Amino acid sequence: MELANIEKLVEKYLDAETTLQEETTLRNYFKEGNVAPHLQEYASMFNYFNTTKDETYTRTIKLEPKQSKKRNYKWLSVAASIMLLLSVFIGKNEYDRYKAKQTYAQITKGLQLLSENLKKGENAVAQLYINESKVNNALK
Amino acid sequence: MNQSDFLKVVLPFKDKVFRLAKRLLVSTEEAEDATQELFFKLWRSKDKITNYKNVEAFAMTMTKNYCYDRLKSKQANNLTLVHSNYKEKETSLDKKMEYQDSVNQVHQLIQNLPEQQKIIIQLRDVEQYDFEEICKMVDMKPTAVRVALSRARKSIREALIKKHNYGVS
Repeated sequence: MELANIEKLVEKYLDAETTLQEETTLRNYFKEGNVAPHLQEYASMFNYFNTTKDETYTRTIKLEPKQSKKRNYKWLSVAASIMLLLSVFIGKNEYDRYKAKQTYAQITKGLQLLSENLKKGENAVAQLYINESKVNNALK
Repeated sequence: MNQSDFLKVVLPFKDKVFRLAKRLLVSTEEAEDATQELFFKLWRSKDKITNYKNVEAFAMTMTKNYCYDRLKSKQANNLTLVHSNYKEKETSLDKKMEYQDSVNQVHQLIQNLPEQQKIIIQLRDVEQYDFEEICKMVDMKPTAVRVALSRARKSIREALIKKHNYGVS
């Protein structure tokens, strides 16, 4: 590419009137390294543009980290509800057993009272018999 | 649209999104986060994407807007952006030595441009979009885009000439 042409393109470039194709021409000219001294500053510009274009995004793109969080919450709620059900169930069982024990204790106490009183009655009746036989003996 | 279809549409311009984000946000890490966030947003609105003729332009517009928002919130939080080392990717070694200085200079000069010119020069001179697409992305008239681009190019050039002359004398 002859110098006069490049100079013309550079003028147009500064006025932002070059097409993409013409800019590619300029780019290639400055890449080759045979740059006229008075155009040196453009060389650094174009070389900068070229090198910047090599920079890439190196991380991988993650599309849905938020969904995994949501799923965790879902499982958490499932686990929580199971725990709740289980604890209610066990609690109910335990409560029933406690109730049963209490009624058992009450009944035993009642029965004991009954048997004690019966014993008292028996003793009294036995005493009565003794007294009766004593009286009979005395009357004979 | 399933995930692999989506990626097929979206992956070709992920580097462009990243570079634009980096141009505006300066730090590589910020730009990476922004890119990630952006693709989230695109994925969430994937049903709408099929209606757009030019997904890439749409994505670039989103990137621009998102980065503006980030910058605004940064300023509100009084955080300053730190320039993380600009790494030039491997060219051959002697070339690298030769260019590195001036290349870094250009990077710095672009960083000092107004936001709008920064975006336009990134879209045109780095990513080589045609004017029609750029107009759509930045929502400006073609003449306005040309004026901004011309200003940006001229101011970079003038600054380079100045530096060059200082170096000589």
